Amino acid sequence: MTPLLKIENLTKAYPGVVANDHVSFEIGEGEVHALLGENGAGKSTLVKMIYGLVRPDEGAMTLRGGAYEPATPHIARQNGIAMVFQHFSLFEALDVAENVALGMENPPPRRELARRIREVSETYGLPLDPARLVGDLSAGERQRVEIIRCLLQDPKLLIMDEPTSVLTPQEVDILFETLRKLSTEGTAILYISHKLEEIRTLCQGATILRLGKVVGSCNPREKSARELAEMMVGTTLHTPDRGGKALGEVALAVKNLSVASANPFGTSLRDISFEVRKGEVLGIGGVAGNGQDDLLLALSGETRTAPGTITVLGRPVGALGPNERRRLGVLSAPEERLGHAAAPDMSLTENALLTASIRKGLTKNGFLDWAGARRFAEEVIAEFDVRTPGPTRAARSLSGGNLQKFVIGREVMQDPAVFVVNQPTWGVDASAAAYIRQALLNLALQGAAIVCISQDLDELMEISDRFAALNEGRLSAPRPVEGLTIEEIGLMMGGAHGMEVAHPETPAGAVA
Amino acid sequence: MIRLDRRPDPSRAWSLATPPLAVLATMIAGGLLFAALGKPPVEAIRTIFWDPVFGEFAFYYRGQLLVKAGPLILIATGLSLGFRAGVWNIGAEGQYIIGALCGAGVALAAYPMESAFLFPLMVVAGALGGWAWAMIPGILRTKFNTNEILTSLLLVYVAEQLMAKMSFGLLRNPEGSGFPGSRNLQQYPSAANSELIAGTGMHWGIVAAFVAVIFAHVLLNRHIMGFNIRLAGQAPRAAKFSGVQPARLILFCLGISGALAGMAGLFEVAGPAGQITPSFNVGYGFTAIIVAFLGRLHPVGILLAGLLMALTYVGGEAAQANLGLPAAAIQAFQGMLLFFLLAGDVLTNFRLRLGRPEVA
Repeated sequence: MTPLLKIENLTKAYPGVVANDHVSFEIGEGEVHALLGENGAGKSTLVKMIYGLVRPDEGAMTLRGGAYEPATPHIARQNGIAMVFQHFSLFEALDVAENVALGMENPPPRRELARRIREVSETYGLPLDPARLVGDLSAGERQRVEIIRCLLQDPKLLIMDEPTSVLTPQEVDILFETLRKLSTEGTAILYISHKLEEIRTLCQGATILRLGKVVGSCNPREKSARELAEMMVGTTLHTPDRGGKALGEVALAVKNLSVASANPFGTSLRDISFEVRKGEVLGIGGVAGNGQDDLLLALSGETRTAPGTITVLGRPVGALGPNERRRLGVLSAPEERLGHAAAPDMSLTENALLTASIRKGLTKNGFLDWAGARRFAEEVIAEFDVRTPGPTRAARSLSGGNLQKFVIGREVMQDPAVFVVNQPTWGVDASAAAYIRQALLNLALQGAAIVCISQDLDELMEISDRFAALNEGRLSAPRPVEGLTIEEIGLMMGGAHGMEVAHPETPAGAVA
Repeated sequence: MIRLDRRPDPSRAWSLATPPLAVLATMIAGGLLFAALGKPPVEAIRTIFWDPVFGEFAFYYRGQLLVKAGPLILIATGLSLGFRAGVWNIGAEGQYIIGALCGAGVALAAYPMESAFLFPLMVVAGALGGWAWAMIPGILRTKFNTNEILTSLLLVYVAEQLMAKMSFGLLRNPEGSGFPGSRNLQQYPSAANSELIAGTGMHWGIVAAFVAVIFAHVLLNRHIMGFNIRLAGQAPRAAKFSGVQPARLILFCLGISGALAGMAGLFEVAGPAGQITPSFNVGYGFTAIIVAFLGRLHPVGILLAGLLMALTYVGGEAAQANLGLPAAAIQAFQGMLLFFLLAGDVLTNFRLRLGRPEVA
């Protein structure tokens, strides 16, 4: 049997980096194939070439035995290839049917479209009301809109880019049911992820990319997660070392914190209360868009609240701005590196000054101590192994992992009493991620109270002492991580967000 | 095929090379324009760029150069601070007019009293007038989130009406036999902003422009306020994270650019112009926007750009007189300069590649 899609020697180079270097693999009809690799391994470039967004420099693709050279996504869709992106392209102020229509080549009339949306959503166990506003949907439901938009085009190959990063464990199960059903009906699925357990449960074949090259292919069910990880990273991984520690007094206390979101479709914080002791790491999980950003802003001081809602070492700080809180030892690192935690076009020296001017005494009567700022930037670069020619380089010239090490290092080296971080290792390669997690643990060991907001549950399990979940702006009661099961975590994260579990009629012989 | 590739770091070399290249390109395109108008292109370019500085009558033109450059530099320096922070004060022309009205108003109220304190008081009144006029868009922006580009621009026309009203009414010279316009401050010793060194065109406004350039340079490079201004312009969210309060910064930037524009107006009305008339303003407030960008929003760059722009004014007038070039041709010439500058800016952030990209 000829494979559905065969890729031979596909190469794509960008200035200074070869994103894909003679990549070859094939997908059979109905196969669920994983594309596995770290951030920056070239997965996205590869699927963009398949979807017609990027043109390869070299190599050929064959679709059902015929040459396939998509110049645009339009042509890719005509050839039965559909893609669900990691970042949704939906309009929040429009309803589901309107959003679906916007992504179609020839949308049918509205009533007909609504009927077909219902039909597809029932067949595949993806309940969705075509008349609801996308702004009111959870992330999992938004993903359904994207998937249904693809399914309406009756695709032969469905590409899914990191689909589970926005889902709770329960929602992941629902998605997998749907994907299995599609697969038994003959739709091939190219599944991109770096989550190994998922790939082991779902996929029949896997191609592993590292630094743009195929370093191996395997049946993921025959490999352990660790073996897959080591193929992906190319080295042996070491697990951060927690060490035993004694907890001190309460360093950060949040009591009945409620903040209305500035954005109409944003998430307001509702009645959040928690305490973190000296030397403790509180992990806050939750699906993206459940108030993580807003919580960080309220803790860093960018959003001000009533004084008593937040206390640091017994002092009310709710009404203080970021610099006054820094003076008291409350430091933070937001999720978005470029543009929020760091100014992209400014040098690392200037970026060091961005948050360190107070605690490092880098201003005198308002005048800047550039030599001191440069020295501090160099210290951070040396201590956190930031790979860069020097502190005069612009922040945007650093890779994601290196910039993140700089951002985290900049705060950690200011000796915080309370450190709040959102997504510390998002989009960071595995070795940098391990380094950053170890730095957080060391900081806790020195007696800092740490609030780590993250969407990566494995990360939270690895470093936190206690775990709580944000769900629609509310925080569950924190619980000790030891003994917590993935099922319980899922329920804390809001279960399936009211989504029904799909019961597609699975034909006999389906892959389970 | 030409392609643009984004540079990882903005190119410093291109950033510095763009202004001279833009001037060169303007000379060439301007020469073509003059040739199309039937004028000798080389001679026209020489009349504009060479003669005012090194020609036969340079002793006259050189003084004019400083007189024109002074207000442009003073206003552009103030504007550049706001532009760096992403605060777009387009209404410096209006603040310039109000500054002149307030300063002249103080002088005319005191007339004919002679006092050494009068001129400093006028400077303060001029700066306050410009500041207050700039506070209108400032408060509208911070309280009601109004776009300051629109409000500051529209206030220019209000200021122009006010000035016309004043020169026909309150500030009209009672001994002016009915002509519109105020008393001539040059004939009022305590209020006159006269030449400091005869024949150079040097007056207090030019001194103030130099001081402003130094002040802005120190502020931007050595002071936390200047750092915050740059930060807010480049990465507004990072600025908030760093603890900058946007509203304060907006008011600071608008206030300082308004005050400097107001001072420029006062120095002009008490010096080269001499009196408030309906045609007092000649567009310095708008030309200063070009000067600010031509100077890369950098104080020293603005100093040079102000002198260059003054040269096109002075040389342009010479070309009008000697070669009969239309006034609009000179304006088109100045516009071309800004156009080439902005086009050249692309090269600071992007790399030009010819042909198909090679595999690295």
